[in-house]
Amino acid sequence: MKETTKLKDQALLEINSAPDLKHLEQIRVNYLGKKGKLTEQLKTLGKLPAEERPKAGQVINDVKILIQNALEDRKDSFKNEQLKEAIDKGSVDVSLPGKGVRRAGLHPITLTMRRIESLFEQIGFDVVDGPEVEDEYHNFEALNIPEHHPARAMHDTFYFEDGRLLRTHTSSVQIRVMQNDSPPFRFIAPGRVYRCDSDMTHTPMFHQVEGLIVDESVTFSDLKGLLINFLEIFFEKKLETRFRPSYFPFTEPSAEVDILGDHGWLEILGCGMVHPNVLKNVGIDPEKYMGLAFGMGVERLAMLYYGVDDLRLFFENDLQFLDQFH
Amino acid sequence: MKFSENWLREIIDPKIDSNKLSYQLTMAGLEVDDITKACNKFEGLFVSEVRSVKKHPNADRLNICEVDVGEKDLLSIVCGAPNVKKGMRTVLAKVGAQLANQPKLKPVKLKGIESCGMLCSSSEIGLSDDSSGIIELSKHEPIGKPLDELIDSDNNIIDLSLTPNRGDCLSIYGIARELAVINQSNFSEYEKKTIEVSTENASQVKLSAKEACPKYVCRIVENVDLSVKTPLWMSEKLRCSGIQSINIVVDIANFVMLELGQPLHMFDNDLLTGGIEVRFPKGKEKLKLLDETEIEIKDKTLLIADKSGPIAMAGLMGGFDSAVSNQTKNILIESAFFKPEVIIGEARQYGLHTESSHRFERGVDPKIQEAAIERASELVLSFCGGNAGPIVEEKNDKEIPKNHEVLLRKTQIKRVLGIDFDKKFITQSFSRLGMICEPSNNDWKIIPPSHRSDIKIEADLIEELARIYGYDSIPASTSNTVSKIKSIKHSRQIVSQVREVLTNRDYQEVITYSFVDPEIHRLINNEKVLTLQNPIASELSEMRTSLLPGLINALQRNIKRHKERVRFFETGLIFEEKKELSQEHHVAGVIYGNSEQKQWNKADNPSNFFDIKCDIEVLLKYLVGAEKFKFSTESVNALHPGQAMKIYMNENEIGYFGQLHPAISLKLNFKKEVFIFDLNLDLISEKNKTQYKALSKFPIVKRDISIVVDEDITFTMISENIEKNASDLLVNLELFDIYQGKGIEKGKKSVALGLTFQSIRSTLTDEEINNNMHSLINGLSDHLNAKLRE
Repeated sequence: MKETTKLKDQALLEINSAPDLKHLEQIRVNYLGKKGKLTEQLKTLGKLPAEERPKAGQVINDVKILIQNALEDRKDSFKNEQLKEAIDKGSVDVSLPGKGVRRAGLHPITLTMRRIESLFEQIGFDVVDGPEVEDEYHNFEALNIPEHHPARAMHDTFYFEDGRLLRTHTSSVQIRVMQNDSPPFRFIAPGRVYRCDSDMTHTPMFHQVEGLIVDESVTFSDLKGLLINFLEIFFEKKLETRFRPSYFPFTEPSAEVDILGDHGWLEILGCGMVHPNVLKNVGIDPEKYMGLAFGMGVERLAMLYYGVDDLRLFFENDLQFLDQFH
Repeated sequence: MKFSENWLREIIDPKIDSNKLSYQLTMAGLEVDDITKACNKFEGLFVSEVRSVKKHPNADRLNICEVDVGEKDLLSIVCGAPNVKKGMRTVLAKVGAQLANQPKLKPVKLKGIESCGMLCSSSEIGLSDDSSGIIELSKHEPIGKPLDELIDSDNNIIDLSLTPNRGDCLSIYGIARELAVINQSNFSEYEKKTIEVSTENASQVKLSAKEACPKYVCRIVENVDLSVKTPLWMSEKLRCSGIQSINIVVDIANFVMLELGQPLHMFDNDLLTGGIEVRFPKGKEKLKLLDETEIEIKDKTLLIADKSGPIAMAGLMGGFDSAVSNQTKNILIESAFFKPEVIIGEARQYGLHTESSHRFERGVDPKIQEAAIERASELVLSFCGGNAGPIVEEKNDKEIPKNHEVLLRKTQIKRVLGIDFDKKFITQSFSRLGMICEPSNNDWKIIPPSHRSDIKIEADLIEELARIYGYDSIPASTSNTVSKIKSIKHSRQIVSQVREVLTNRDYQEVITYSFVDPEIHRLINNEKVLTLQNPIASELSEMRTSLLPGLINALQRNIKRHKERVRFFETGLIFEEKKELSQEHHVAGVIYGNSEQKQWNKADNPSNFFDIKCDIEVLLKYLVGAEKFKFSTESVNALHPGQAMKIYMNENEIGYFGQLHPAISLKLNFKKEVFIFDLNLDLISEKNKTQYKALSKFPIVKRDISIVVDEDITFTMISENIEKNASDLLVNLELFDIYQGKGIEKGKKSVALGLTFQSIRSTLTDEEINNNMHSLINGLSDHLNAKLRE
């Protein structure tokens, strides 16, 4: 018995002062191994009188469990220390920047066009495009702007030698789509347009989104509803809008839409009911079908949306500017 | 059109303030661009007459004047104006007067002589920029009258931005008419007055261009006095409309144009020979215009001519040699109707634009010419005296525009606007607009008045109704109609995928002009290009045949701003003159500087050919799948001969990539290598739908080999050789090193390859692997003279 207690004390002492896992394993073998000291003691049980055996066995067994637990504890504490050390060594300055390929961004005009497109796509509008070098017919005549029309002077058109021109609006796409298909129509035509004008508030190239619905029953009232809905979603707020009479040769009635900004009313888009002559020009019976159309300047919308105060920035392509639109 | 608000209110004065008035006009479609105060308050300014002028004893340029301002005593005023003369009426600022931006006027001594006030130039009282001398007033202005009783300083200038269909509103009466309709107030049209004829003299008129000028009205007024000054009330109205006062007769012509909308022209009748002829040019003719420029007359120019030749370009500008001047005694007043399209064509040919052509282009009222000439005559007689001759009128009735009856259906109103109006509103609105409106059942037959040439069809009438009712009062509807789901458009999807991949690979999108600098353009393209006839600037004159000039320009700009690493792309049309003009969608990109942005534990690596190659591979793999495109080593004009590849898809060349040719780079002053790519998006086919392949459950086996080959053996040659000689058990081939240098013979290179084998049917045996390795190593050795490296 005494022997056992002594063994226990000695084992615990050794366990607690073991410097590493290797020593600890050695200790385990020394005491609990096949030829370990405690195992040897167990073997001596047979020499004891029968009535003492259970008790003595019990004692040895208790000590065995005690040593086993002590070994486990010590092992755990070694593992924890190792882990702690690994963690301590492995700590980095997490405030350092991440590594690898960065992502660049899209141009703010593209972002704005995408926004407009996605809103109209929600209500079933197709997105179509057409040529930028156009002829007089698609850009003017078919849109009810004959050669000697004062509205032509307002367009500041770029011409080529052979009489072709750069489209002054994406309304020319209307004609091409309607010529090649049959109603009903419901599409927008975003794209580049050109006017021979360049100053603080004009660039010779800019972007428009033109929209058109031709169907058996669409009305000016629908046009109002559609555009107010669009503007409020686009600008993400309730807006004060006004529709006022205006003039475009290809719509009748025609309207200009203003929104109330911090400094008064801002012209934001033009619209109207498709002029019967335009429908006739593409072989659609205006007595059967009605059309509504609208057109907006993308730069203008982008400027208001992002708060850009100089139109020309869009085409200077300065990274300092472009980097802001990620 | 700019105009004086008070003038408008002389004709119609609804009880509304200026803001409301301008809001009403805007909402009726006559957009008010701007509203500004017409002038400052006139305090202490009076009409006065200079009674005597004598030289200042101590100053050469000063005079001492005795001035009558309607008081008991004459005032002594020192005046430095060169035009001061005895008997002249002008404006006196009395002591205490308040001139703009000046302290209150005090008595002052000028070179020893006291002045009890100041004679004013029109710029000093804020009525014009003219400061060349003191203002000379008409003898009709009463002496002693305070200026603010002659000109109401409580006035605004309203600037209307009129749409081209509303030529009828280019006059005060036209605007008044609109305002009356909006406010439902009474308004009477200008009533023609007939003046007494007191001479028989008249000019002969011959209408040779009967279609272009269907109506020509004129009259002679003899013995007119042109020394008379224009009365303030008139010159002030002209000023508010931005028209300078010239002389009394020209001012009257302009005044009537503003009042009634009919442009008039005044000739000096004594400078005309023979009768008037309205005709097109005969051969080569010349005309010296009012602004003293001499022009060669072009073909379709409508002319007013006399026996001697052209005396005016019809509706656009008069001639210098027949213009009225201070010496003029007898005048010929012209009031004509010219066809809008004739004047538009004419004005455009010469790039000219005048108040007169502006109105003729938009269509003047074809019935107003007589009233206008009578109105002008009346004013001439009352200010300049003289004797008016009979009115001469030549017409071609057939060509005078007439307003035809337009049918308006009640059902159509609802169909277009989405709402109904009550019948009373409809008839009342039209009659206020001056239209003859005859109901028939549920419809109306409507004849618009002569000044509304823009009303031609039913839709025009519906717009008028909507305008009067107020666009804002029409409800906004949001109908939900079911619409079809449409298939995804390939062309649109491609562009959006290109943008997705490239931005994710750190290419910033730019948008550059479609017209480019010919100088940069030539470096890339020598073919025929499409050139603008009227470019904004010569460096924006050619339509791009490639997206590169724009990208290069954007790159240069950013390098100038000290950017060291730039990666740009753009998508858009390019314009090539082939058999026909082709306009195709391309995407192009440019990279410059390090392959990655500076990072804290990575070495800086300048971009090279393989960076851009990887970008293209990733992009095309995403767009069409790896099996659909091929690269081929071919030269491209703009590229380095040793770093260029073309891209093919279904046998079509769809683009290229590589290093910008060093010669071009040198010309453009790039300090680092530039890499570019270009892809024709219209030629990119649709991606095959992904077809799932079963996964193998059996383990993979990896083998690495290292071979030594001649250095001119390309990687493609090696990989194709291996693929040919390996069985389908080879599932992946990886290049992991290329080495030249110590241990490798000169002219040779070592290529290290990782091979992966796997079977779908069973676990591979060593024997199977070895057989494969053996046959592919033999292949390499037989065809490429490759040796296994020890």
